[in-house]
Amino acid sequence: MRPVGIVGYGGYLPRRRIKTSLIASAWQKEGKKLEAGLGVKEKTVAGKDEDAVTMAVEASLLALARAGINQEKIGALFMGSESHPYAVNPSTTKVGEILGIGPDYFTADLEFACKAGTTAMQIVAAFLLADQIDYGLAIGADTAQAKPGDALEYATAAGAAAFLLGRKEKEFLVKINSFCSYNSDTPDFWRRAGAKYPSHGGRFTGEKAYFRHTLAVGEKLFKKTKTKASDYDYAVFHMPNAKFPQKAAEMLDFTAQQVKPGLMVESVGNTYAASSLLGLCAVLDQAKPGQKVLLVSYGSGAGSDAFSLTTTALLRKKQKRGKDLGSYLRKKKYIDYVEYLQLMEAIG
Amino acid sequence: MKRVFVRGVYQTAFGELWDQSFGDLLVEAGQGALKEARVEPEEIEAVYVGSMLAERVVEQGHLGAFLSSQLGMNCPAVRIEAACASGGLAVREGFLGLLSGEYQTVLVAGVEKMTDACSPEVTSGLMGATNGEEGAHGFTFPAIYALMAKAYQDEYGLSERELAAVAVKNHYHGSLNEKAHYQKAISLKEAMTSEMICEPLRLFDCSGITDGAAAVILSRKKGSVEILGSGVATDSLTLSGRKKFFSLAATQGAMAKALKMAEIRREAIDLAEVHDCFTIAEIMALEDLGFYERGKGKRVALRGESYFNGKLPVNPSGGLKACGHPVGATGVKQIVEVVNQLQGKAGKRQVKKARVGLCHNVGGSGGTAVVHLLGKTN
Repeated sequence: MRPVGIVGYGGYLPRRRIKTSLIASAWQKEGKKLEAGLGVKEKTVAGKDEDAVTMAVEASLLALARAGINQEKIGALFMGSESHPYAVNPSTTKVGEILGIGPDYFTADLEFACKAGTTAMQIVAAFLLADQIDYGLAIGADTAQAKPGDALEYATAAGAAAFLLGRKEKEFLVKINSFCSYNSDTPDFWRRAGAKYPSHGGRFTGEKAYFRHTLAVGEKLFKKTKTKASDYDYAVFHMPNAKFPQKAAEMLDFTAQQVKPGLMVESVGNTYAASSLLGLCAVLDQAKPGQKVLLVSYGSGAGSDAFSLTTTALLRKKQKRGKDLGSYLRKKKYIDYVEYLQLMEAIG
Repeated sequence: MKRVFVRGVYQTAFGELWDQSFGDLLVEAGQGALKEARVEPEEIEAVYVGSMLAERVVEQGHLGAFLSSQLGMNCPAVRIEAACASGGLAVREGFLGLLSGEYQTVLVAGVEKMTDACSPEVTSGLMGATNGEEGAHGFTFPAIYALMAKAYQDEYGLSERELAAVAVKNHYHGSLNEKAHYQKAISLKEAMTSEMICEPLRLFDCSGITDGAAAVILSRKKGSVEILGSGVATDSLTLSGRKKFFSLAATQGAMAKALKMAEIRREAIDLAEVHDCFTIAEIMALEDLGFYERGKGKRVALRGESYFNGKLPVNPSGGLKACGHPVGATGVKQIVEVVNQLQGKAGKRQVKKARVGLCHNVGGSGGTAVVHLLGKTN
């Protein structure tokens, strides 16, 4: 594959948090049991003045600053989300306008449940490989919805991650070695047009959905790149909870040490289209040059994207530039369940 | 009276069978029973299929001809529906068809595919077993049985431990049954600390949502197990139409009729598969079937009497609780279990010296009850 790489990245998490135990007690459930079962202690909640677009902008600004690239050079912008503020009216033109990109750029909103962010990255990489652009921005951002009282409510969170991709090797913080995708028509989770909250198939979302696709795409990438789990320093999987990514990683022969640095679901929740990309941000914040990362996303409906990545010497320099994910993880304000419902526009 | 024998039985695995469709399960059960009985499809003169939710969940009606045609037959075929007693009633209708003299050999199957729908859809579909009033007022089956448990509690006293002991026993039996949906034994503590569904019923007091099918070949030609008696009784579909909430008149009626037809004494029964859709249902069944006095059924599991090696083994298959409750299949599966027990083919959960077994299948909260008595052929 011709050279394509990440030249800048940024992750954003809103400040508000709600504890799993608080949601549990609002529904007369045992918080500790749920916390242990999901492996999620608290989750992020978007503020009243935040949505997928504002969070995408925050993450993108970090990515641009880290890259040190003039935004006018960006030739493509794709953003994946299942909480685009408008059903019709693109998020990306707003993000592009605010960032000062355009009007000479390729763009569209993407929707593929939780994997639309990595799909944006594959599309941007394809534009680069096709010599159509010099730089492109791929974003995953979500303010995930859950019906109050639904099992989803314990994990649905908010966050964004942005990756600026380019094709000049000397600018790479991370080289994209290879990528692939695995998709099928699998009705595990959906939200019909006009519906406020998603529906899901309970346990069907596990073995036949998440695991089937993440394992298949992982194996496909291993085969394509002639690598195995032990060749990687880090493995990042989509994180609907803490159990699924750990189990998928284990089934592909990864160790807990390879998974832990990117496993941020415990204190963030499931940020949907941003989930695996934020995991990658966390890894890049600490990775050393020449390390290999496997990234696997999962989107219901269903599909998985996978990437084989190698960090460069330049990452060391740039990872300290701007806010790292840790600063967002540390900065938090706990809210109660009533405020949570207000922010979710479930009441008020 | 003419005699009716069970020539062959088959049960599919019970569970969340996402790789098998409604049709796959039904056909597997039919073919399995034919093979087991060593009966060719052309020998089958009538087909009976029990199912409750097929139209609702998989949008498939016309089940009689569905199965007969899938098995390459063109004999008369009919579908029987009586909520969760659909399977037991299908067996009963097949039995009557043979007694009438019209047929020599028939196939009876029961099936349900429940996990293709979301839990709220299934819960709502199951409410079709009552008359619309209860559902309209917010009742679901866990709530109905919780009310029955409360009524029992008020009359005789009932502890969570006594309820949980039924779940522990049935899950233990499930752990010995490779076709059961839930094959993990649980502790009293696990059962008693599981999530509260509807007081006093916790998660482990309730049967789950399961896919599965079962089939039997009934014949007037001699086999090793015989249907000795069959009884059915009906009652109000709603609790409001009943005199008591802690006892099912339909079960009592069906049992009396089955015993009378079989001309045996209750004491001759060596094991029972009873309708334990909830733990309280097993306790009530033991009393309504006359095995225990009123108010005494609650201690049976806790004392270990209803374990497969106890005084009166109850639900050695794991029952609806642990083997699973694909509603239309349950009544037929009970026959499969009892036949396997009487033939000494029940493996790790084999009841010793079993000669007579009972199957008790309930529709709704007691609107229909079906009791069959089966015996080893002399």
